[in-house]
Amino acid sequence: MRIELLLNGEKHLVEVQPPELLLDVLRETFGLTGAKPGCRNGDCGTCTVTVNGWPMKSCLMLAAEASGQAVVTVEGLGDADIQQAFVDKFAFQCGYCTPGFIMNIHALSSKHPQADEATIRDWLQSNICRCTGYEEIRQAVVSVLEGKVKGM
Amino acid sequence: MYWSGGTEIITLGRVNLVYTEAVIDLKHIPECRALAVNDQSLIVGSALTLSELYDSRVFPLLGETGSGVADRTSRNKITLGGNICSQFIYKEAVLPLLLTDSDLVIAGPSGARRIPIGQIFNGTLRLGSGEFLVQSVTDSQYLTMPHFSIKKRKVAAIDYPVVTTAAIRTNSGIRLAFSGLCAFPFRSAALERLLNESKLPVAERVGLAASQLPAPILSDMKASAAYREIVWKNVLIDILTTLGE
Amino acid sequence: MKAIGRSVPKKESFDKVTGVAMYTADKVEARMLHARLALSPYAHARILSVDTSEAKQVQGVKTILTGDVSDVLIGEEIRDRPIIAREKVRYYGEVVAVAVADTEAAAKRAAELIRVEYEPLPVVNSPVDALRQDAPILHDKLGEYENEGRAVPVPGTNIASVNRLRKGDIDKGWKESEMIAENTVWFMPSDHAAMETRSATAEIRPDGYVVIDTSSQVPFTVKKYMANYFGIGSGWIVVQTPLVGGAFGGKSAIFLEPIVYLASKAVGGRKVKIVLTREEDMASAPVRIGLHATVKLGSTLDGYIKAAHITYRFDGGAYNDKSSDVAKAAVIDCSGPYGIPNLACDCFTLYTNHGFAAAFRGYGHSELTFAMERAIDALADKLGMDPWELRFRNAAVPGDTAPTRDLLTPSNLGDIKTCLNRLKILSEWEGWQVRQIDAYRIRAKGISCFWKNSSMDTDASSGAIILFNPDGSINLETGVVEIGTGTKTVLAQILAERMRMSPERIHVKLTVDTRTTPEHWKTVASRGTLLAGRAVLKAADDAIRQLLDIAACVLRADPEDLVLENEKVFVRADPSVNIEVREICYGYVYPNGNAIGGQIIGRGHYIQRRMNPLNPVTGEGTPGPEWNVGAQAVEIEMDTRDCSYRLMKAISVNDAGKVLNPEGARGQVMGAMAMGLSFANREGFDYNEQGMVLNPTLRDFSVLRYDENPSYIVEFIETPCLDAPYGARALGEHGMIGMPAALADALSRAAGVRLNQLPLYPETVWRARMGYSHVFL
Repeated sequence: MRIELLLNGEKHLVEVQPPELLLDVLRETFGLTGAKPGCRNGDCGTCTVTVNGWPMKSCLMLAAEASGQAVVTVEGLGDADIQQAFVDKFAFQCGYCTPGFIMNIHALSSKHPQADEATIRDWLQSNICRCTGYEEIRQAVVSVLEGKVKGM
Repeated sequence: MYWSGGTEIITLGRVNLVYTEAVIDLKHIPECRALAVNDQSLIVGSALTLSELYDSRVFPLLGETGSGVADRTSRNKITLGGNICSQFIYKEAVLPLLLTDSDLVIAGPSGARRIPIGQIFNGTLRLGSGEFLVQSVTDSQYLTMPHFSIKKRKVAAIDYPVVTTAAIRTNSGIRLAFSGLCAFPFRSAALERLLNESKLPVAERVGLAASQLPAPILSDMKASAAYREIVWKNVLIDILTTLGE
Repeated sequence: MKAIGRSVPKKESFDKVTGVAMYTADKVEARMLHARLALSPYAHARILSVDTSEAKQVQGVKTILTGDVSDVLIGEEIRDRPIIAREKVRYYGEVVAVAVADTEAAAKRAAELIRVEYEPLPVVNSPVDALRQDAPILHDKLGEYENEGRAVPVPGTNIASVNRLRKGDIDKGWKESEMIAENTVWFMPSDHAAMETRSATAEIRPDGYVVIDTSSQVPFTVKKYMANYFGIGSGWIVVQTPLVGGAFGGKSAIFLEPIVYLASKAVGGRKVKIVLTREEDMASAPVRIGLHATVKLGSTLDGYIKAAHITYRFDGGAYNDKSSDVAKAAVIDCSGPYGIPNLACDCFTLYTNHGFAAAFRGYGHSELTFAMERAIDALADKLGMDPWELRFRNAAVPGDTAPTRDLLTPSNLGDIKTCLNRLKILSEWEGWQVRQIDAYRIRAKGISCFWKNSSMDTDASSGAIILFNPDGSINLETGVVEIGTGTKTVLAQILAERMRMSPERIHVKLTVDTRTTPEHWKTVASRGTLLAGRAVLKAADDAIRQLLDIAACVLRADPEDLVLENEKVFVRADPSVNIEVREICYGYVYPNGNAIGGQIIGRGHYIQRRMNPLNPVTGEGTPGPEWNVGAQAVEIEMDTRDCSYRLMKAISVNDAGKVLNPEGARGQVMGAMAMGLSFANREGFDYNEQGMVLNPTLRDFSVLRYDENPSYIVEFIETPCLDAPYGARALGEHGMIGMPAALADALSRAAGVRLNQLPLYPETVWRARMGYSHVFL
């Protein structure tokens, strides 16, 4: 079936199989391998992208469902604050979970620039990082949210 | 097969526990996406996601109980209808609807019907062939009643429940519903009668509670029955103390 | 300008935050074929028949491989494992067939249609079961297997290896002891759960080259063993490894590479790719070792430990792989960082019907530490002595001997007593150890010490090449795999420090290609900084010598009068006489066009000094270069009603020798602490009575998530190791080692009952409190 994707700001008409996951279409059709498979079961968050600005696990979504929706992957972020914050705060080691975290936090900072601790926890518990103790990730989130609030 | 968030069909399909030739996506039916509140009632479309319900704050008990399911990003996809019609035994989002004696709107080949949840939900939602859940309709008076919702897990912040409990205090007493305790979610009139027996001390009511369960306490990888019972009883004490005054 | 001691961001930082960073499975090629596995649903069964006829009908299927495809047995210590199961399956998730097809979906469909008929066999479900007289024997040909000579199997039993260690006079030790304490601990196998599941591709080119891309910590080991197993000249094997998405020891085993090689061979050499699902990565691929251990300690009444007898029963799983070597590492350091004069250790690595064990971060050390530290706490209880004090009194110091009888020196042994003293202050140990917060909540602290030597092959070595660019910057190539530890960046810092230039001017090759990259033994054992760091220093010296030689010509000065700094060579006594490195690093051209020199290429290598293997009867030997130490504490708050608890605070004081990259080092230690706590708090496979793994997903096998962690306090002391670059000691694993023991200690104090089983689920604690007998298979 043919779907229209608004992917990283560009319109694409693309042929997909009905059961194909958004994750696989992003990786195999578009070469956007920043979305990583980690469990294909919705458990780990490594494949997180945003759909209409909301974080979405691309392993829990059919490509067909994304038709007509605005999908952004880590490759399409451009130059988001959270990317620099991850570098500054040493918020990754192996880097495999990083794109998923970044997409989730990027969405959080735009939807809830004044997110409280409970909201941050609620959102970020969607992703697993196996390398860090999450402390550096917390610092990166806090620095980005503080920047948002200051910029308001 | 009907599709709403589709998370369960995707994940179970991957390991061949669900097979379907085709799916019908319900989230483009406007009624399934409705969220409307007036003086009399609240209408919640079955294809609203658990995140949308939580963020809307129109039905705090439903929002909070639903927010215990999976994790936030997954709940951006998991819908109310999907959770209630789940193959898994937990279906935690049904608990607030049971507590508030909500009606369900069911559609099928012979049209739509509205039916009290107590008549169609018994462990699972007893849908007829070709039927699907469209909406729930909840009496608005319940939306502001004191409530309590708590999910106890084995150890992790994201997991299936050892026991999830939702409760509200109505004029006629405290109502309670449970998921994870037995092999299905339930609300029990006998149990509510016992727990509202205000002449008995709280500890005594809770001590007798297990005798009023509709089925044996579950024993599985998440908790043994003995431990589940302890966890559950402590939750009951907390609820009766918090909502009891 | 100092290059070391600075928090230089990882060289691959921007690749990793923009999604550009490539991992093995990210390579997508149109012509590539895909393989999927068919796995055993039984933990122990005879294979009666394999029917692939239906699978072969699936559109797009190229071939189906079964055990018949190869009779090669593989294994690094004992060659006991078929690449694809033959005759028997010995664990749940063992590979019984492989489907190769045009698409992954077709391969998956075909793999599901492979019909295997099994005859179930009785299951060995624990190391204790494995030792029973009537236990089913997993390997009836144990005596016939090829053996590298490091494992000591006992044919006719389930014992894959027996290692013993004797130091001092154990009988004398018991005689001198006035108090005896004995304690038994256990835990089941568990998983590495790296976020990137294992993956590999293989192709056999028309000219005969075998090219393997693999998500591995050990590309050079893959090359070596592929040559051994299949009789291919090692020059014909090219192994390529890009960035690796977490490894933790789990990617130091050879697993997918022979499978995917056989698959490629079966389809005429076409490139075949395999990416494991999470379930396969957990149930089928190598796991973390399990243990059942008993430690008996004897001490004087004032707490000086005189004797220790340690018995390990390791759950090595269905095949030996590295389990006997992990076990040996636990033997080597069995006493923990304590100067115990009389020691006996009996170690059994056992075959069970569980997934086979590979290395896991710590390589036997959080295992041995859990056993020893819980016994120390038991002894402290019996003596009525403060557990910190008992540890301090017995802490090993220079002049003591290690269990292997190596003499401990200020260089090869970190400073345990200083670590303990700092821990006492940071944890406010003297203030309180347990206290009631309100009616239901109790807070408690627990402590642990650790030490760890590495136990690598005695000839483990590393190499480095540095190449200058025309702009005077340097390309650095080493065989260390970037698995997330930041070692490649630290190596750039080491190089920059020696070259007296900025680390930003060092370009690092992040990927490994065994055809062009100098060999680094394995990216394991926290040894990248030592082995590759020393090689880098040597390469730097080699390059400096060349730079000074050519500068000497140009500047008409003796090379010995010249100094290199800030990418300039100048005369020490007269810096106005100088030349820029970029003018000489590609040779120097005189004004008349004459030229001398050429591109500067520095080379260096390093091999461990004077290592030798252990005597299997006495345990005597020199297994590794130094013992790195630390002391740790955990504070928890427990609800006494259901024993649920929160991790409040975790502290680690590590002797780092010299901290090369402070933020990087802190991140390594914190991450390791988190992994240790996660393991102790919640990680373990649930096996049913038939040996099936019930939780091979990240849904049911949970690991710590955001905000489930305690607040972390990491402190370094610096006692230099004289052999290591700038004195830096190993760091990457050490933060995790004492965490399980410290958590168990804290929880035991809160619960008022000694906890010896992992993971410490609240229910586990509750059961112990209620006096229920331990559930142990």
